[in-house]
Amino acid sequence: MVGIPTFLHVMLIWVPAILSIGLSFTNWNGFKLSKISWRGIGNYKQIVTVFEKDFYEALLNNLWVLVFLFLFATPMGMFIAYLLDKNLKGTAIYQSLLYFPVVLSLAVVGFIWKSVIYSPRQGVLNTLLGRTDPGNQIDWLGNSDFVIGLTENYGLSRNFLALIAPMMWQHVGYIMVLYLAGLKSVDPSLREAAAIDGAGEWQTFRRIIAPSLRPVNVVIMVITVITGLRVYDIIDVLNNPIGTNVLSLLVTESTSGESSNVGRGSAYAAILLALCFGFVIWYLRSTFKEDDA
Amino acid sequence: MSNSYPSPSEWSDHVQRRTVLKGGAATGAVVLGGGLLAACGGDSGFTGEIGSASGELTFGSNASDPAPQAGTNAIVAAYMAQNPDVNVTLNFLDHNTFQENITNILKAGEDDVLSWFAGFRNKFFADQGQLGDISDVWENVSGLGEGFKAASTASDGKQYFMPTSYYTWAVNYNKDVFSEMGYAEPQNVAELTALAENMQSDGITPFAFANDGKWPIQGTFDILNMRINGYDFHIDLMGGNESWADPKVVKVFETWESLLPYHMTGANGRTWQEGAQALQDGEAGMYLLGTFAASHSEELAAKMDFFNFPEIDPAIGASSLDAPIDGFQMIAEPSNEAAAKELLLFMSTKASQDAYLGEDPSVVASSSEADTSGYNDLQKKSAQLANAATGISQFLDRDTIPDMAGACGDMFAAFIEDPSDIPGKLADLEEKKVAIFADFNS
Repeated sequence: MVGIPTFLHVMLIWVPAILSIGLSFTNWNGFKLSKISWRGIGNYKQIVTVFEKDFYEALLNNLWVLVFLFLFATPMGMFIAYLLDKNLKGTAIYQSLLYFPVVLSLAVVGFIWKSVIYSPRQGVLNTLLGRTDPGNQIDWLGNSDFVIGLTENYGLSRNFLALIAPMMWQHVGYIMVLYLAGLKSVDPSLREAAAIDGAGEWQTFRRIIAPSLRPVNVVIMVITVITGLRVYDIIDVLNNPIGTNVLSLLVTESTSGESSNVGRGSAYAAILLALCFGFVIWYLRSTFKEDDA
Repeated sequence: MSNSYPSPSEWSDHVQRRTVLKGGAATGAVVLGGGLLAACGGDSGFTGEIGSASGELTFGSNASDPAPQAGTNAIVAAYMAQNPDVNVTLNFLDHNTFQENITNILKAGEDDVLSWFAGFRNKFFADQGQLGDISDVWENVSGLGEGFKAASTASDGKQYFMPTSYYTWAVNYNKDVFSEMGYAEPQNVAELTALAENMQSDGITPFAFANDGKWPIQGTFDILNMRINGYDFHIDLMGGNESWADPKVVKVFETWESLLPYHMTGANGRTWQEGAQALQDGEAGMYLLGTFAASHSEELAAKMDFFNFPEIDPAIGASSLDAPIDGFQMIAEPSNEAAAKELLLFMSTKASQDAYLGEDPSVVASSSEADTSGYNDLQKKSAQLANAATGISQFLDRDTIPDMAGACGDMFAAFIEDPSDIPGKLADLEEKKVAIFADFNS
């Protein structure tokens, strides 16, 4: 019974992935197979010499997403889940409201944030701030000045930070639901025992609940990292303003449309794949090693 | 590996408006003969006469906005009224989605006839063997000048495109603001600067400026480059035959920098529609954009007029401009070739273009036979402007490799945000150009 799904998985995921790693060493415009030519590591070289600004900016932006999800969105989702697990009054309403962004398609999320919230002329933010006159509008999505500048050319741009906001908005709800499901599965007798032994709230969480949620934590970690690396839709929907490149966008920008550069696009994709894989393998190995010990 | 792909300059040189319009009459004369020849019939079943094909035909369109969509529906209705034996199914796709997926759409082969752009973009697919030769349709066409034919011809000398309409890029302005404040259309760049100064002291932002999607301000670059360095240099630059690091290009950006203070700030996050709204409300006095700006609202359409971007260098003049040509193409292996060709032929006729323009008056018909009596002032002026032009370009993202257009879009957006270090930015762009063109041609 496992055979058919495995076959489909290998054919639809692994074969194309390996083929595109192969393509990353070629130059091809995507039309006739006879026109593929081998160029070795030429595409990779080109990425770090000619397109280096796009590439490092993208790499850094993916990293920023990770940092913000890890530092803010994921802990926030876990914290809310913990609160909701206490069977507050109206918990179903809170859950629905917080989970709502996850249900929306990213095209809709992009539309909401772009035209309703960030629009310089009629957006909520500029209206609330009284900055809708043409002379003093705040350009939320177009201004790529650095909030945190690392070097002259690289840093966290203001508009990318503005794009991270909707990503966090969605991520909080997602993590909340995952963690809540985990919390519900914690044996209540453990909590009672802890309470009888005189453990406080924080102690109970740290020593009893968190350890028994290890499998859920692994899933949340992996999901957070993968979300950070594969971020794409919302930036694409918002038209990829200057300063907001991410790796997955470089892949599609090179390969979609006519006269595509399949070689370079595949090289970007291979780098992205290596990053995802590297992390997942390293993380799962170190987690399970601890379990064995 | 060498590709026999010629630079866009090789065809664009032919697409000069004079030849386009003057050629119209001459082609008309050839038509009768061509019609007779083709009537003998080819193996495709296409006879050169509308009314002989039959069966089902699918037609993929990128007309996702209301006016173009109504126009496209009107074309199909008019065609099916002339030939009820063909049943045309129209598939509309969002404009940007269509553009990004055109390669897959062509490969899928579900739609026999597809919307597309003339020139470089059409020629690319034709040279890749993705499109069907419609030279036999062209033998039956009347009212389309030689310039249009050149813009529809691929490297093999055959036609792969049916141009149906075009629009012009110019400086749009708000007539109400101009008459109220007593402004006049400037004749040269000094007058334009003086006008902008006046507007600023009157509390009006001289130029609306928007760059969401990173393409709208490419029109500003095109026109400045054509005014400062001339049409030929512009086309050669687009074709990869001139260097972006050339001091001539640096000069374009220096001029642009001197004009930036007259533009709205924060353009990178603003959609062109928001820019059009600022023009409509009189917050901004002028807006360099395609005349499609009028399609923003009926109110703006009524208030809007435009002038040709004025002369900067008297030795160069002001007779070239961007006027992108839209039209249709046929896939390499259509399922109903006879009907596809017949529809393409119909699209070149007065009946089809009148039907389209009745619904979408923001463009100008390609056919010299089309009814111009219904033209509004903007259309008449567009036709006049294009008529007087000696060089017509198709717009940056249609005149060069899409990959390169993307690199230009990034650089322009970075420039308007921070105009410092122009030579450094251009050297970086030139480095990308060399890599992109080398990959493209190998």
